[in-house]
Amino acid sequence: MIKELLVILIASSLVNNVVLSQFLGLCPFLGVSRKTGTATGMGVAVIFVITLASAVAGAIYQFILLPFDIAYLQTIVFILVIAALVQFVEMFLKKFIPGLYQSLGVYLPLITTNCAVLGVALTNVQKNYGILTGVVNGFATAAGFTISIIILAGIREKMAYNDIPESFQGMPIVLVTAGLMAIAFCGFSGLL
Amino acid sequence: MNSAKERLVNGIVKENPTFVLMLGMCPTLAVTTSAVNGLGMGLTTMVVLALSNVFISLLRNIIPDKVRIPAFIVIIASFVTMVELLLQGFIPFLYDALGIYIPLIVVNCIILGRAEAYAYKNPVIPSLFDGIGMGLGFSVALTCIGAVRELLGAGEIFGIHVMPESFVPVSIFIMAPGAFFVLALLTAVQNKVKIAGERKGKDMSKIQSGCGSDCMNCADTGCAKRLIDDKKETAGEEVKKND
Repeated sequence: MIKELLVILIASSLVNNVVLSQFLGLCPFLGVSRKTGTATGMGVAVIFVITLASAVAGAIYQFILLPFDIAYLQTIVFILVIAALVQFVEMFLKKFIPGLYQSLGVYLPLITTNCAVLGVALTNVQKNYGILTGVVNGFATAAGFTISIIILAGIREKMAYNDIPESFQGMPIVLVTAGLMAIAFCGFSGLL
Repeated sequence: MNSAKERLVNGIVKENPTFVLMLGMCPTLAVTTSAVNGLGMGLTTMVVLALSNVFISLLRNIIPDKVRIPAFIVIIASFVTMVELLLQGFIPFLYDALGIYIPLIVVNCIILGRAEAYAYKNPVIPSLFDGIGMGLGFSVALTCIGAVRELLGAGEIFGIHVMPESFVPVSIFIMAPGAFFVLALLTAVQNKVKIAGERKGKDMSKIQSGCGSDCMNCADTGCAKRLIDDKKETAGEEVKKND
């Protein structure tokens, strides 16, 4: 069991990296990676939300959708649950943990529309993961996102003062960087 | 009829969701490993987009303004589920190839964007053609990107071998990194056009105005801002009540 979870942990965070090989959550990956500080904040917020969302979505799938035989409604149910969950987390943090809200609050609305959250919930169902396995998979996926966004932010900080051709300034050079990172991450595919 | 034609041209050329607005980048990168997959994804999105536009336009006087975003999402998710089941039943090879990216059409910002920007404010027929136009624009773009990647990565287009025997496929183009490189070149060309246009004094503000360019700016101008604005409004109302 533990070995199985460990395999999922490595597979979802490094081998099948959510951004660099599955292209989910590209918007925040490209948009919020200008500084390592904000990238870390975004990464932590994503880990928090995805882990929580995969637990809640997994529980709803196992205890409501399956018993009532309405598993085909999963897309609709998951997207609503995730949107509501993010709103709820935001309110909860604002009220009870204002310190954490100060640092993560700005990122939360951006995560509602992040396809990685819905993607993880759907992958868990597709691969027939139970709730615990699903949560581990969610955490690992989000950790993979955090690793890659922090690396990208570090590279972008170094790159900021470089002399880049006019038409490659801004997004194009970031995408080239992401492509090179994706090649590097291909190296992990021999791990499993 | 004139308006229908105008909507189609607008979607395919003037406001092409991929080449001009840079919307919906996740599926664009993920499924364009071949021209067929790109076309399949584009057409699937088009069907969802046209249907949801029509439905939202029909209901635009009934949906209360405050809950319009959740209402849009439910409508879009319903159509996505229907299309997903139809694909599973009738075109299984496409269903297998696109996999998880079919249900993820729900979070494609093109669809929510068109619902918010067009269908919610306009009558049914123009909304239908707006959906078809935008969907066709997306399909054309995905097919082109898919064809380029397939040509370089496998030497084929639509599965037909076109390159000479001596051509060695650069297989990285059909792998994940290739998607980033193709998109990088695409945005570089876009930048070039934008800069050249601005030098001539043309209005180029539409180019890269979508979510793909910058999430932080998106929060200032795009869909995220609407959510934040709504919150500010309600917060403002609460303050007034307290007074």
